[in-house]
Amino acid sequence: METILKEIGVETYLYLSALLFSIGVFGILLRRNAIIMFMSIEIMLNAVNLMLVAFSTFHQDASGQVFVFFSMAVAAAEVAVGLAILVSIFRNHGSIDIDNLKNLKG
Amino acid sequence: METGLVLLLLLAPFVGFLTNIFLGKQLGKNASGYLGTLAVIVSFIVTTMFFLQVSETKQPITVHLFDWIALDQFSVNFDILLDQLSLLWLMFVTGIGSLIHIYSISYMHDDENMHKFFGYLNLFIFFMITLVVGSNLLIMFIGWEGVGLCSYLLIGFWYKNQEYNDAAKKAFIMNRIGDLGFLVGIFIIGYVFNSLDFMTIKQAVIAGEASANLALLGVATLCLFIGAAGKSAQIPLYTWLPDAMAGPTPVSALIHAATMVTAGIFMITRLNFLFDLTPTVQDIIAVVGAVTSLVAASIGLVQNDIKKVLAYSTVSQLGLMFLALGLGAYEIAVFHVITHAFFKACLFLGSGSVIHALHGEQDMRRMGGLKGVMKITFFTFLIATLAISGIPPFAGFFSKDEILMVAFHENKALWVIAAIASIMTAFYMFRLLYLTFFKEFRGTEEQKHHLHESPALITFPLIVLGILSAVGGALSLPGNSWLNHYLQPIFAHKAHAEHHLDTTAYMLMGIAVVGALIGIGMAFSKYIKKGEVPVEDAQITGFAKTLYNKYYVDETYMAVIVKPIYALAKFSRDYIETGLSNVVFGFGNVTEELSMQGKKLQNGNIGFYLFAFVFGLCSVVFYLFFLR
Amino acid sequence: MAEILFYILASITLGTAFLTILSRNPIHSAIYLVICFFSIAGHYLLLNAQFLAIVHIIVYSGAIMILMLFTIMLMNLNKEDESHKSVASKIAATIAFCLVGIVLLAGLLKTKPVVESYFHSGEDFQSIKVLGQVLLNEYMVPFEFASVLLLVAMIGAVLISKKDKQKEA
Repeated sequence: METILKEIGVETYLYLSALLFSIGVFGILLRRNAIIMFMSIEIMLNAVNLMLVAFSTFHQDASGQVFVFFSMAVAAAEVAVGLAILVSIFRNHGSIDIDNLKNLKG
Repeated sequence: METGLVLLLLLAPFVGFLTNIFLGKQLGKNASGYLGTLAVIVSFIVTTMFFLQVSETKQPITVHLFDWIALDQFSVNFDILLDQLSLLWLMFVTGIGSLIHIYSISYMHDDENMHKFFGYLNLFIFFMITLVVGSNLLIMFIGWEGVGLCSYLLIGFWYKNQEYNDAAKKAFIMNRIGDLGFLVGIFIIGYVFNSLDFMTIKQAVIAGEASANLALLGVATLCLFIGAAGKSAQIPLYTWLPDAMAGPTPVSALIHAATMVTAGIFMITRLNFLFDLTPTVQDIIAVVGAVTSLVAASIGLVQNDIKKVLAYSTVSQLGLMFLALGLGAYEIAVFHVITHAFFKACLFLGSGSVIHALHGEQDMRRMGGLKGVMKITFFTFLIATLAISGIPPFAGFFSKDEILMVAFHENKALWVIAAIASIMTAFYMFRLLYLTFFKEFRGTEEQKHHLHESPALITFPLIVLGILSAVGGALSLPGNSWLNHYLQPIFAHKAHAEHHLDTTAYMLMGIAVVGALIGIGMAFSKYIKKGEVPVEDAQITGFAKTLYNKYYVDETYMAVIVKPIYALAKFSRDYIETGLSNVVFGFGNVTEELSMQGKKLQNGNIGFYLFAFVFGLCSVVFYLFFLR
Repeated sequence: MAEILFYILASITLGTAFLTILSRNPIHSAIYLVICFFSIAGHYLLLNAQFLAIVHIIVYSGAIMILMLFTIMLMNLNKEDESHKSVASKIAATIAFCLVGIVLLAGLLKTKPVVESYFHSGEDFQSIKVLGQVLLNEYMVPFEFASVLLLVAMIGAVLISKKDKQKEA
């Protein structure tokens, strides 16, 4: 497997992760269900992780993978807190449709 | 040893102040009063020790407490200077202060804020001591401002009465005008001598270093005199003193008769070597003093409030002192300060005793006949009145006579003015005495029923001050003056040549006594023989009305100074400030309008925010990769 | 061989990602996302990052997605009850999607790599041993911060989802 980058080049991974990131953005904009939006965020995070790993292999440097570990830790924390917030919003509003959450209106 | 004693002298009243202010309520009235009194008595005892020491050795004591301001070329140390002059002043400040504290224990006993009263009195004594013992002008200025503050606090002590508050403010603001003069004077002196220390300045003057800057020094001494005029109630800044009678009577006795108002005289005496260099300013001082003396005395002729009469009398006597200062007879001015402190404190305390007996009545038209009931008060009051009128052998005779004598030798016109003022003094003081103590009682039946002699705590200070008023003249007998010898080291020049007891002197004495007797006689014929009582306010007519309304000076000040300032302020508020605030509000309104528009972007729709976010991201990436 | 594997995995990744955001039922979304994550783990394996692949499966597929599924069930969201968005916003979302995709792709196309071509030195840089050394030497402080972050997140999550007793009373 160590020769994968020789065969397809690092650019392909870049295009893949760019597309994956765009899909995440699409999901965020398209959907109103907060949980799906969370999933979209996870997709975007994974797109970036994928790119980091690809470059880590490309440059033969372990730092890229260490960054991915940190990014995972942050993602886990984010999901835990985010879901807790969603649960309490659901408890108070009865739904997690973001169109109902307009308390920030100026 | 000396440092410790000086600190005790200085800080005992301050500790009394702190204790009374912070713990007074818990201590209770008696404890608070006795504590405050004790603090001052401690200072008095220490002062006496120093006084005896310095009288013996004739060496001033200087105590260095700490370095205060240390600059490259200029430094001010916090030094204490105990020389003949400051100790003399301290003697009667703490001495009379102690007596008045004792008096206040009884006088203020029914006041709910008695602890505050004693706290302020202690603070006053502290600042007064600071003023007197400071070895340079800056320390004196601290005390100067401090006594002004205490004066303000004590005039407005009964703060629930708006008139009293106004009187307090008036005193404070008038003093502020004077203080500005004092401050400017200090600056100029600091500039000329590069030092504020009295001793250093004196050495410099003796060495003749000042002769190059005489014009500047003239301005300085004039400014200092303005400061003194503010504090010591001279024309044109005297109007606060009669109003200051709003304070409790012990305050009037201590601050507005015996001690604080003499601070101006103290300052000029302290800097006598500077004033000697500027004869023009001395002339101004003499004229102002003489005119003040006459004007105040004439107003005092028709006043009906017992304390107002005494207040104008104080202004008048202070005028005489300034006359003496202006003529260069500093030691005579000091002598009159001391005798005046004795008899005026006695008079004020006596009037306080009367007011106390009448439950707050101050109008002489509602008094009378108190001679029989209040024997001690009457007797001491009589002695003090004789003293102020200049009847030998009481204290006032000697001091006043010396002033008149100096005036006669220097300038006949001033002598005439001062002599007329003296005759007026005799008249209105005896008018006061007759109206208050003679004939029958004119108050209400109920007051008559409650008439009583005051308790021992009140009469004791009266007796002591009465005795001092009687024998105080011994300090400086003509021809053989202890005071002149004692004060000799203070003055740069040879003390005012003692007048020999020649024919002129005896003649002048005779004229003064006869003048006083004429004044007394006029009062006697008007108020005892004819039994007249001053008419009610509305019926006063003619020149008497002008006098009764104090020459309309307050009204003139109102029209000439206060009203234009009000008008200016109103103009500033209505036009300048409105214009400015329109500009400022304009900015505010524009910002608000813009933000009202910008607010619409914040519609609370998360989807919209995300669109904006993504769009922004795209723009940034686009810019970075394609436009740069 | 690897190339074919890569394209299969890539198409699974992109396809399930699309399905995740497009399916009406949140449960289905979650399941597609799990598949998507597995395929990404496959990419990691292709890049010879075995440890990372395992950690990825444990954290994402194991922990995060289970958490999401629980939440979905807790809220009883398995019905397709999401109201429809307006057509305009759908179009806007699509346009934004295209825009982001084009801009990113174009941007990446324009970049010039620092290392011109891939060169495999055979040096060991991604075994667990090396990763652990790098993590605990070079990145010691961020590592500790990450642990603090997780602790705080845990406490925060517990506090937020705790029922407010005063409110209920």
